Amino acid sequence: MHIAFRFFATLTLFAIPAALADVFPSTYAPVPAPPVLFQNATVLTGDGSRLDNTNLYIRDGRIEWIGEGSAAPDATVVNAKGKWITPGLIDVHSHLGVYPSPGVAAHSDGNEATAPVTAEVWAEHSVWPQDPGFTRALAGGVTAMQILPGSANLFGGRGVTLKNVPSVSYQGMKFPGAPHGLKMACGENPKRVYGNRNQAPSTRMGNVAAYRSAWIKAQRYLDDWDRYEQATVEGASKSGEDATSMASALLTTTPPKRDLELETLAGALRGDILVHMHCYRADEMLTILDMAKEFGYRVGTFHHGVEAYKIAEQLADEGVCGALWADWWGFKIEAYDGIQENIALVDRPEGGCAIVHSDSDEGIQRLNQEAAKAMLRGNRAGLDIPPERAIRWITSNAAKSLGIDDQTGTLKPGLMADVVVWNQNPFSVYAKALQVYVDGSLTYEQGNPDLNPQSDFELGQLMGVAQ
Amino acid sequence: MRPLVLLAVLLLGNMTALAESILITNATLLERGASVDTYDILIADGVIEQVTQGLAGAAVDIAIDAEGRPVTSAFFAGITALGLNEIGMVYDTVDSRLQDLYTGLIHPEFDVRDAFNPYSSAIPVTRVEGFGYTLLAAAPGDRPLSGQGSLVRLDGGFSSFEGKPVMFVNVDGAAGNKLGGSRGASWMLLNAIFDELAVPNKDLKLMTPQGKTALAEAKKRGVFIFRAHRASDIVRALTFAAEQNIQAVISGGQEAWMIRQQLAAAGVPVVINALDNLPGSFDALGARLDNAALLHEAGVTVLFTSGETHNARKVRQVAGNSVAYGLPYDAAIAAMTTLPARLFGGEERTLASGSRADLVIWSGDPLDVSSAADTVIIGGQIDNMQSRQTYLMQRYLPEEPDKARAYITPR
Repeated sequence: MHIAFRFFATLTLFAIPAALADVFPSTYAPVPAPPVLFQNATVLTGDGSRLDNTNLYIRDGRIEWIGEGSAAPDATVVNAKGKWITPGLIDVHSHLGVYPSPGVAAHSDGNEATAPVTAEVWAEHSVWPQDPGFTRALAGGVTAMQILPGSANLFGGRGVTLKNVPSVSYQGMKFPGAPHGLKMACGENPKRVYGNRNQAPSTRMGNVAAYRSAWIKAQRYLDDWDRYEQATVEGASKSGEDATSMASALLTTTPPKRDLELETLAGALRGDILVHMHCYRADEMLTILDMAKEFGYRVGTFHHGVEAYKIAEQLADEGVCGALWADWWGFKIEAYDGIQENIALVDRPEGGCAIVHSDSDEGIQRLNQEAAKAMLRGNRAGLDIPPERAIRWITSNAAKSLGIDDQTGTLKPGLMADVVVWNQNPFSVYAKALQVYVDGSLTYEQGNPDLNPQSDFELGQLMGVAQ
Repeated sequence: MRPLVLLAVLLLGNMTALAESILITNATLLERGASVDTYDILIADGVIEQVTQGLAGAAVDIAIDAEGRPVTSAFFAGITALGLNEIGMVYDTVDSRLQDLYTGLIHPEFDVRDAFNPYSSAIPVTRVEGFGYTLLAAAPGDRPLSGQGSLVRLDGGFSSFEGKPVMFVNVDGAAGNKLGGSRGASWMLLNAIFDELAVPNKDLKLMTPQGKTALAEAKKRGVFIFRAHRASDIVRALTFAAEQNIQAVISGGQEAWMIRQQLAAAGVPVVINALDNLPGSFDALGARLDNAALLHEAGVTVLFTSGETHNARKVRQVAGNSVAYGLPYDAAIAAMTTLPARLFGGEERTLASGSRADLVIWSGDPLDVSSAADTVIIGGQIDNMQSRQTYLMQRYLPEEPDKARAYITPR
């Protein structure tokens, strides 16, 4: 297959140097913490298992063992009898930092709504790390999240995956080694934003034409770099043989001009950047899957997918995740067919990858409650969804969507010790995260003022009355 | 079928369309606190006849064994635009706000009830989740006073309105800024229109004579809901309400806890979204999860709204979270059932003989996201628990349907 070849060849031999270079690199380092032994908890492992009355041991920022094993004598012991333990929750769709609280215009940096294709922008360059929303999400058990650009544009730019730790910079939060996302958008938003300016796209067919034109440019860009790489490899061995090859070597060994927009799109074509596609309607999602075949890339996750339940089988067959809301509908006509069973129905087929996402600074604080609502609707529709299955929607499936499932999202030995201790079964309005560990470090503890991080913004507000 | 019922009501005036008697046995009545006893509820002609024990076996048309499940009055869906907003961004289906009207006047007579559509798909979607009534709001437009609404039952009636006229007033920072650069502009104009109540019609500058009549009526027997978050704005609203001698309610109220003693002293209730815990604006720097608990403890009546119309059903979760953060359970149940009806002058909504038979049998704790409404009874009629959404679900639930899905028409 041409596509398979391209994927293999570019990944292993010819890569765009600038794209591989780690720019704006993560400076996050886990906070060193003593080992912790959690005893007698009800554990939802994140990958479908429930273990009752079970011990869990974390050390050096990693899950060491679950069930049986030895613990260091100086390990902190947490009596988790009657408590539930889950992996840290992961939100694949957040605008924290790019549409922060308070919602002032000068901080609304989530949509570069000046052109329909802005693949060149990176959400991380808009993130305000002092958004108090990060700390609230932490109190809700969220340990990692993807910050995405908005959906005004067809190609909105790159998303970034962050660890939910307090920091003065996004670099200090950046999830080490996590791939970038590419935010794309279907439907009403791009065509409304640009159509209202008498500019393309103003229709859904205009949307698709503009995506395809951009992909064609990206393919040529990728080809130019491939040719250049080939030429520099071959040129090194052949140079000086004759005048013609000297000339051609000079021509082909001049690197193509870097283009930030096409660099992102080429990264998506190569599979280095994961495609996150905002898309509500079933028919549009199928159009997008056909387009992905035309250009040989993979759609990783459809976001919002209010009609995903209509094509749950196709999504499972293609291995595409659906990042969905539990109950949002009706705020626009492409959201008119929303049903509360959407998540459960996308989860149903073999290989289905359902995710509960928030897209909301309120929802991200209560992903467990959102998942509970979706679980309830699935069960009332006759599907059998126990907690250990539903927890995947906000842990391992989300990690898979972000390409970090080999690092977090599951309580497996060797993975990051991103752990939440809940006061009870988390699928309830009364559930609260008692403790949240990020890489083994206790980052939040309910009711402990020393472990309730507060953003700079909130410090010293409302001091009108003499204290 | 509901349309037939409606037709019958239209044709026969006040005649009750169906005179079914319903007996619910073994119901746990949440409004009676922590009682472990169960009760039986007899309903006839749309009214609760008896709530007692030992009715099992009585001759009725329909008997339902609640098997200990909780039963409450049908819930209050909060302040919404149900029936005024079919699809948010399809603007010719949205009738909840007055904006860019050419007159330049303030229009207290603008009444969203004139635009109410009981056939909106959002109404059954909300009803099947255990909701029986809502407060129809005039949404914030570009005037300090948005207009009026009232309670409405979610029973499909064209004129199922109840209670007092409710005026919606916006005095938060965003409203003031739009109005004239300062929230002071809101108070300037509100003072001016209330002054015009004493002006002869021919000299009115800011209102029509109809507006003046509507404002006078609301002042005499209505309720004014002030949308405000910042403590100082709420205090200003309390002063205004005292000066004008009007019945006031605060909505939003994210900083209401800061001035809870004043609210309690003034007897002014607060309608909040208990999930608001972020400083979403500089008006809400004090937002916190235990707002409801603190207000209640100080003696302030707390009601809930979700800020949503299509997803108005989310207000159950809002109330549940307030309990998770310290509001007594009984207070949350009252806020979802009896209190809004009393505050806005609607029919009594308690499970007592003589009350409207608007009630719900829940699968479990109705304030938890792990439970749902099993049976909804509105006006003594058992709802079929169907909506556009349940139909869509049923169409797509079969994994291998024996016919194209377009031919699967749930009934």
